Amino acid sequence: MAGQILFFALAVTAIAAGVGVVWSRSPINSALWLILNLFCIAGLYLTLNAQFIAVIQILVYAGAIMVLFLFVIMLLNLSEMPSVTRFTIARLFGFFLVMGVLALLTYAVAAGLDVLPERIVPAAAAVSGSPSTLARSLFTEYALPFEIIGILLLAATVGAVIIAKRKPV
Amino acid sequence: MFEDYIPFFIQLAIASGLSLTLLKGGELLGPSRPNRIKIMPYESGMDPVGSARQRYSIKFYLVAMIFIVFDVEIVFLYPWAISFQDFLAAGVGLEVLGIVIVFIVILAIGLIYDIKKGGLEFD
Repeated sequence: MAGQILFFALAVTAIAAGVGVVWSRSPINSALWLILNLFCIAGLYLTLNAQFIAVIQILVYAGAIMVLFLFVIMLLNLSEMPSVTRFTIARLFGFFLVMGVLALLTYAVAAGLDVLPERIVPAAAAVSGSPSTLARSLFTEYALPFEIIGILLLAATVGAVIIAKRKPV
Repeated sequence: MFEDYIPFFIQLAIASGLSLTLLKGGELLGPSRPNRIKIMPYESGMDPVGSARQRYSIKFYLVAMIFIVFDVEIVFLYPWAISFQDFLAAGVGLEVLGIVIVFIVILAIGLIYDIKKGGLEFD
């Protein structure tokens, strides 16, 4: 029960923060809303018993990736955007109507193609989401993909240096 | 299990609730008489010059990119560090150590390349 309340609280906050990203006129405010959104999603991972992914979400996305976003905002020297068109009841009603129809259609298509996600038992998720389970398959069964990730990161480092250190022609 | 994290969420709610309440309470209860001098940004006692929005050099972005690469590297080492004893008990400790060392060496090549190319220097 507490889990369901927490899920809906986090989901609604995540959606509200997502709307805030689009709605706010200053890029820095958008970035702050995005941080709230990422934290809510980390909380959702925690309710799904994926503790490792939840911590990584905060460390890598809300920490490191957001720093890159802020750098891009400062690099491009963005200023305030012009304010959005006026908000009316008719537009709000239309928004919820379209979202409802979209959700219904997506559900119908997904159910028709039989691609709806299966219900996961919390006990099974708790076993599969822990870091030690992850380590067991990552370092034994998937050792080669793990090394390929290393090469991918190497390519990212080298590429960043090459692009940023290029001599102006 | 998920129920283990309920105290964590309660603590998170209390901590954020308390800080927001204190900030908002101070704003609502305290007197507020702003004037032009008071709301001016503080710039060592001088009048502020120009805009605070300035373009930053791409070099900062390079450092941030390199930081993310090594951040992700450390993320992959956490699960290994947690289950190191399990691997030793299962008798594959050395093999897994070898895999991790290869991973670190691959990324160390990138670090050496950065240092040689001067990617971590500001000029």
